[in-house]
Amino acid sequence: MNELITMTAAELSAAMSAGEVSAADVTEAHLDRITAVDDRVKAFLHVGADDARAQAREVDAMRAAGEPLGPLAGVPVAVKDLFTTIGMPTTCGSKILEGWHPPYESTITQRLRKAGAILLGKTNMDEFAMGSSTENSGYWTTRNPWDLARVPGGSSGGSAAAVAAYEAPLALGTDTGGSIRQPASVCGIVGTKPTYGGSSRYGVVAFASSLDTPGPFGRTVLDAALLHEVMSGHDPMDSTSIDAPVPPVVEAARHGDVAGLRIGVVSELAGDGYQPGVVARFTEAVELLESLGAKVTEISCPHFKYALPAYYLIAPSEASSNLARFDGMRYGLRVGGGSAEEVMAATRETGFGAEVKRRIMLGTYALSSGYYDAYYGKAQQVRTLIIQDFDAAFGQVDVLVSPSTPTTAFPIGERADDPMAMYLADLCTIPTDLAGNAAISVPCGLADEDGLPAGLQVMAPPLADDRLYRVGAAVEAAFTERWGHPLLTEAKGLSVR
Amino acid sequence: MTVTYEEALQKYEPVFGLETHVELGTTTKMFCGCPTTFGAEPNSHVCPVCLGLPGSLPVTNRVAIEYTIKIGLALNCSIASWCRFARKNYFYPDMPKNFQISQYDEPLCVDGYLDVLVGGKTVRVGIERVHLEEDTGKSLHIGGATGRIQGADYSLVDYNRAGIPLVEIVTRPVPGTGFLAPEVARAYVTQLRDLLRSLGVSDVRMEEGSLRCDVNTSLSPYGSDVWGTRTETKNVNSLRSVERAVRSEISRQAEVLDSGGRVIQETRHFHEDTGTTTSGRSKEEAQDYRYFPEPDLVPVAPPRDWVESIAASLPELPAARRARLMSAWSLSELEFEALQNAGALDVVEATVAAGASPADARKWWLGELARRANDAGIDVSELPITPADVARISELVAAGSLNDRLARQVIEGVLDEEGTPDEVVAARGLAVVSDDSALLSAIDEAIAANPDVVARIRDGKVQAAGVLVGAVMKATRGKADAARVRDLIMERLS
Repeated sequence: MNELITMTAAELSAAMSAGEVSAADVTEAHLDRITAVDDRVKAFLHVGADDARAQAREVDAMRAAGEPLGPLAGVPVAVKDLFTTIGMPTTCGSKILEGWHPPYESTITQRLRKAGAILLGKTNMDEFAMGSSTENSGYWTTRNPWDLARVPGGSSGGSAAAVAAYEAPLALGTDTGGSIRQPASVCGIVGTKPTYGGSSRYGVVAFASSLDTPGPFGRTVLDAALLHEVMSGHDPMDSTSIDAPVPPVVEAARHGDVAGLRIGVVSELAGDGYQPGVVARFTEAVELLESLGAKVTEISCPHFKYALPAYYLIAPSEASSNLARFDGMRYGLRVGGGSAEEVMAATRETGFGAEVKRRIMLGTYALSSGYYDAYYGKAQQVRTLIIQDFDAAFGQVDVLVSPSTPTTAFPIGERADDPMAMYLADLCTIPTDLAGNAAISVPCGLADEDGLPAGLQVMAPPLADDRLYRVGAAVEAAFTERWGHPLLTEAKGLSVR
Repeated sequence: MTVTYEEALQKYEPVFGLETHVELGTTTKMFCGCPTTFGAEPNSHVCPVCLGLPGSLPVTNRVAIEYTIKIGLALNCSIASWCRFARKNYFYPDMPKNFQISQYDEPLCVDGYLDVLVGGKTVRVGIERVHLEEDTGKSLHIGGATGRIQGADYSLVDYNRAGIPLVEIVTRPVPGTGFLAPEVARAYVTQLRDLLRSLGVSDVRMEEGSLRCDVNTSLSPYGSDVWGTRTETKNVNSLRSVERAVRSEISRQAEVLDSGGRVIQETRHFHEDTGTTTSGRSKEEAQDYRYFPEPDLVPVAPPRDWVESIAASLPELPAARRARLMSAWSLSELEFEALQNAGALDVVEATVAAGASPADARKWWLGELARRANDAGIDVSELPITPADVARISELVAAGSLNDRLARQVIEGVLDEEGTPDEVVAARGLAVVSDDSALLSAIDEAIAANPDVVARIRDGKVQAAGVLVGAVMKATRGKADAARVRDLIMERLS
């Protein structure tokens, strides 16, 4: 196996800068890896091999010409299939958009291309980002590289699995209720949900507009920071984009240090439903932080227990409106004949999967006249209370921590018919989405019961994303030293060497 | 049983209200950078945003906010210091996203009024709200009898209009206008249109759809303290139709009520050809639009100093202008209203500014020019003649170089684009014949040819001289100054 695929983005970048390896070689190595394993992992819905090779040649030519190149030049990136891309289809994991080639490019993929990153292809996801396992994909279920019989998490499961399976060193995801952190956790990699508005949503097909946040996946904290920095920053095409400097995330990732940092353990994010092995690894991580000089206290966020129900009113409400445009009139699938109304109904009936329909119905109901105040309106009030919980907590501590998700990766099929059980996967991640602040998941070891990875979630106030990387880097360095190797090398589902 | 309009109004008090949609004259659309120009090749002024492509996001056009605030201020509204856009959800093929970005319970402007001059009286029409939204695309339904989507073979959609900023101006219900209701409704729309034009925020062309009206009408028996059920009449596409739609709904509803029926709250469609309305969709089967705050946009929070600077930049508003012109030109309310209703205020003012007397300027614009504009089916301001041209013609008449008849020929020449008034006079040879010797020979001929008329004049019947004047004017093909001819005839016969 080619050693290029096990190198981190930072290492690849350094090797390319030093002229030790070309972008073409790096790209080819990853394309080879995809060819070798993706029939088992099934992370990619589309691989843009020719375009990737062309981008790599271009980067090599620029480097040869002595042009200044950024840290991601020549580094391959896998892209969740809801970023619009020219030259590659964009399906959002849905049959209703099968074969749709957008005529425009998302701001973030534009920025990546401009930075010389190599877009390898589009990764599988739960349909329209609704799910925690990729089982809701209209195409297929992606496998967890630790155990191919288990889910990789979701909705950005394809991106997480691609990074964990060494098919790409970096990947783009989006987090609406935990869709980056939960798959990062169960795949044993790093994933960040930036501050809402810190990364542009232009060209990111909307699930829930007030929650959707694009973010990075990497195998290391530094890699995630490198991608975080390049993809972020104000975008005039997105009104909700924050016009402020990108927090110094790379700088923070290079200087992991928690001495004197005040860390709050959220008491509500524990208890029933949390797998003992996950809790054990989380507790160890907290002890580790304390041993590194952090001041750890317990913090109560009393309204977090209402976050899940509030989320399942707000997100479906926005989704019911955002997904109305998929009607067979202008693009994507069109089914049936007769009147416009009949075509719309038949197209949506055929094109959407069960979970998408469930959420459209939930959201339509919650917004209905006569029910709005009791459901959508009340959920927005809960959202305000959760923001106040965070504000109060961040008055006392610098970051909050919790497990990233209550359990390790669950077997494919186990929760597929039980939406409530599936929704619980996002129990720890949802409060951050509702409040719009930032959070990261970093690996914190393997659960004793199943030998599968658990994740530590670190939460920071809005625009304090750099704190996540400071804490993440410190945890990563200490654990790697304790374990003697990166956690991911223990993944048994796929042989790397 | 048919109820006449007069009979209806003896029993019932009409209440009407208007919802007026105005396309703003911004250079670009409400939420994207596409141009707003009318009449382009279908689907050429579109982009991912106004086509609502997956992943696209709206960004608010600041100029549209500014124009809306202008309208609100000119209508004496309060301007919200913080408000949001909302999504109005419903499925229709000309809606790219199947929701319209509009405003719901937080409009940008609220609680204003417009003083409307009707029949020499001022009626204060309350303005409930002025809000901003995006226009939809335009559907063309091919086949089928009605031109509507039901029964059509297929439909074509043009998204050039999708996303053009649209302001909706909603009046409060207007009671107490009685027989004048249709006229007040029309005058409101006319004066609102003039106001919007003077603000420079829209080209307000009803025929191109940049100003569209829905008319709400209800009737209640006199003395009743509850208003009747209202209907909403759509497809009212001209000022005349506004008046006819109210009139027709008053008669129709009176007939329903008189025969013991009840008026159904519904949408009705106005038909230009018959001047009547037919039933559309009933409100009872109306959609639930599931409004909620638009999460893709940040709230609109116009800073106080910005609103104040917009207020300071407003042009003279109609009420102030009315007071100024009535005093400067010594007009009665009725005379002013005639000018206003003819849409001639601007051109008359410009003509006066170019040197004509107010009386002459009014005479030409309300007379000959109004007639010609009416024949052509356009506004007087759209005639291809400038206020400076009219002032020059007026000057030539005052100087005796033209008489009224010749002046009308000059106007005709200018309208036919033959050139400036002076060029038309020269090219057509229209100067008044002022050379007495040339006139005298024509006068002598007329006297010789009409001995009986001459005899009657000499008997003291001086008014008979008109016959001789006519003959001379005919002989000079109208180029003579009739007063001068009369003087010369009387001298000759004395």
